[in-house]
Amino acid sequence: MIDTSIALPTQAAKVSLFRKLLTNPTGAASMLILALVALAAVLAPVLATHDPSLASLQSVLAKSGPDHVLGADSAGRDVFSRLLFAGQFSLAGALLALVVAVAIGVTGGLVAGYYGGWFDSVSSWLTGLLMAMPGIVILLAARAVVGPSMWLSMMIFGVLLSPAYFRLVYACVTAVRNELYVDAARVSGLSDFRIIGRHILTVVRAPVIIQSAMVLGIAIAIQAGLEFLGLGDLNIPTWGSMLNDGFINLYKAPTLVLWPSLVLGVVCIALTLLANAMRDELERSRGPVKRRRKGAALVDAAEAAAKRGEPAVVHPEAPADEHSGSAGEILLEVTDLGVGYDQPDGSTTHVVNHVGLTVRRGEVHGLVGESGSGKTQTAFSILRLLPQGGRVTGGSIVFDGTDLARLSEKEMTKVRGQRIAYIPQEPMSNLDAAFTIGSQLMEPMRVCLGISKAEARKRALALLAKVGIPNPERTFNAYPHEISGGMAQRVLIAGAVSCEPDLLIADEPTTALDVTVQAEVLDLLRELQDELKMGVILVTHNFGVVADLCDRVTVMQTGRVVETGPVRSIFNDARHPYTQQLLEAILEDAAPRGPFTNSGPLTSSATLTSLTGVKP
Amino acid sequence: MTETLLDVRDVVVEYPLKGFRKEPFKALKGVSLDIRPGETVGLVGESGSGKTTLGRAVLGLAPVTGGSIKYRGQEISKATRAQRKELSHEIQVVFQDPYTSLNPSMTIEQILTEPLTVRKVERQAANKRVAELLDQVRLPHGAAHRLPREFSGGQRQRIAIARALALDPKLIVCDEPVSALDLSTQATVLDLFIEIQERTGVAYLFVSHDLAVVRHLSHRVAVMYHGEIVEWGDGEQVTGEPEHPYTQRLFMAAPVPDPDRQAQRRADRLRLLDIQHQQNVQAGVA
Repeated sequence: MIDTSIALPTQAAKVSLFRKLLTNPTGAASMLILALVALAAVLAPVLATHDPSLASLQSVLAKSGPDHVLGADSAGRDVFSRLLFAGQFSLAGALLALVVAVAIGVTGGLVAGYYGGWFDSVSSWLTGLLMAMPGIVILLAARAVVGPSMWLSMMIFGVLLSPAYFRLVYACVTAVRNELYVDAARVSGLSDFRIIGRHILTVVRAPVIIQSAMVLGIAIAIQAGLEFLGLGDLNIPTWGSMLNDGFINLYKAPTLVLWPSLVLGVVCIALTLLANAMRDELERSRGPVKRRRKGAALVDAAEAAAKRGEPAVVHPEAPADEHSGSAGEILLEVTDLGVGYDQPDGSTTHVVNHVGLTVRRGEVHGLVGESGSGKTQTAFSILRLLPQGGRVTGGSIVFDGTDLARLSEKEMTKVRGQRIAYIPQEPMSNLDAAFTIGSQLMEPMRVCLGISKAEARKRALALLAKVGIPNPERTFNAYPHEISGGMAQRVLIAGAVSCEPDLLIADEPTTALDVTVQAEVLDLLRELQDELKMGVILVTHNFGVVADLCDRVTVMQTGRVVETGPVRSIFNDARHPYTQQLLEAILEDAAPRGPFTNSGPLTSSATLTSLTGVKP
Repeated sequence: MTETLLDVRDVVVEYPLKGFRKEPFKALKGVSLDIRPGETVGLVGESGSGKTTLGRAVLGLAPVTGGSIKYRGQEISKATRAQRKELSHEIQVVFQDPYTSLNPSMTIEQILTEPLTVRKVERQAANKRVAELLDQVRLPHGAAHRLPREFSGGQRQRIAIARALALDPKLIVCDEPVSALDLSTQATVLDLFIEIQERTGVAYLFVSHDLAVVRHLSHRVAVMYHGEIVEWGDGEQVTGEPEHPYTQRLFMAAPVPDPDRQAQRRADRLRLLDIQHQQNVQAGVA
């Protein structure tokens, strides 16, 4: 009956994060630097020219030379060798802090976010406490108690860092906990452990990796800071303790402070840049998938030409029936309209091609089609409210003698609201939650009609009564969250007709509403249209709504008009195969399933192996 | 022979509200219905009527605070996690939104084998099953190694149906499975539901706000309003000649895709509202 296009799109290439980072210049450079530093630290026993702790009185503060490549420190220890070995301890210390922070923060965040309850309350409270405590003071106090152990102070620092992970993971988990795929996994009988491992960790993984690069940098810096203050373990070489030594001898051997600070600076910068590069790459991959292949513009042009070759089915005007609308003067005439979106590569994706549309005064014109048919794009281009990147690429939109496609933005502002009004699909998201209904109704009237506040208030109350709101005064003073969706749509309709427009564009005005509310809103639209003699463009996918309200119908498919005509001709005599297909898919007149007969489905399927357990 | 698959008796679901000693919100106020093997029971209602909550209660995703839900005579409203795992063989789900019901970072193969791995099905057998499932929902085998975002809404819903079928369940709770789809896609997915039922003898609890969809698919229909079932019976009768005033209003509110018949229905609806209003007034006076 209906073409089940199950053609699969071309497969999107899956590239690992590591690969993507290699192609990102910043990412590749920072990874290279970090790899070199890590390698140097690991290979320190091989690369070092001296024992890092071997003091030698002859070479105290020696300058760089053949014996000591980078000179020697105040105890005559070789700086180059110390730098290499210090890398082992500094990096290991920072990693320890990181591991502790991740272990506590991620586990806590997962458990608190997934299960909630008392653990959530207690851990959130503890996190708040930890974040309020000054880290350095704690570390100093800890040193006083446990002595100068770098490992211990790094573990404590790890605990202090854990809230950063806790909050990040907690936010991610609470965002996906109620996703339907997690529910589906529960229904499939997966254990919580498995659900967290498979569905939740994958969401948390990327932000945790990014955060880790940042935290590692912070841990290295803080550790160096502690050692620089002389609070570290003097028996092991670290970059911080070298910094301390260099600072003391700043005047005698200025280069001593240079080497450790250079290494520290480069490592911290590399880590931060790596974190940034990872975030860039991960966020880029989450952007919209580019469906178009290369040369899309060319293909589009060809498609457009092909489409132009196949004209839309136009039904003749119905002989003057009781709907006087079809004989009225032409209010809006859209000819050969094209709408396109500029792509980053300079080409344009055409979403609407050669669309023609005529709306007469006092006529309701239905614009019907499925998702992606371009019906909403056509409506928005009449309002000149296309989303970012979209523009009218051709044709004209003549409204009451002026071509809207050629008006300046300033002139268009005058047309919008006053002469062309709009009713959106989602009533709630189109009301500002911060203002009362009344103020949102009065504002446009005062601007458009130039009337006083008192008069605007009177008119707003009258409008609310007119759109069937039982207690206008109360709704006038209410905030959007205090009214239901159906009421909100009535308010928006009141707003749309407040300036008595000539043309009303309604974009799926009842799709978000319950069916009983939809019937009431349709009644209201019909009454207002009769009274104000507006032209109406009704964008919808529901043929019931079309039958209820429209005088004429235009059917759109993939950005072009396939059939247009008076409503009865379309319903009774659809000629284009697509229109016929749509009308056939309507279930309203389909036969009911009928009463259940146990024998029917079961005997016919009894041969199937999958039927185990069903007793006929 | 008229064995009952699912027996829902006087089920109450309450959600605690925030705030000290606040009365909990009663999403279901004592709801009863039953489903026989191989049967489709449609559940119609508007937003907030509790139809989705009833589906979730059957799945163990909503807190049942009263009444009983029996699956083949066994009480499941208080099932533990381990019992639920056993039940996953019997009861499955297809959700409304095909965009959030599939994990975006898992391939179709991973999504479809997930329920199987719980059952410790061997890898080779699981892969074979994936191919079978894709055949059942008329998707090409090449789909297995792709990500959900590469599919259209209708195709994703087919994948969700395949996942529900993976364990050969006896009952599938379908929560508005076609409301997010285009008209023509909707029709093909509904045909698929019927075809699968006729082939495998699975029963559906089919939740929808669309009377026409429910009529097309259901043997029996329950109409919900404010957390209660107001009308329950044979599908043809409930959706054709409803008796309860609310069902009548609901039936009359759905526009017919024909200008002249819709004009007729509009007039009928206004007349009905008028009569019901007068009855209410009289009842109020008396």
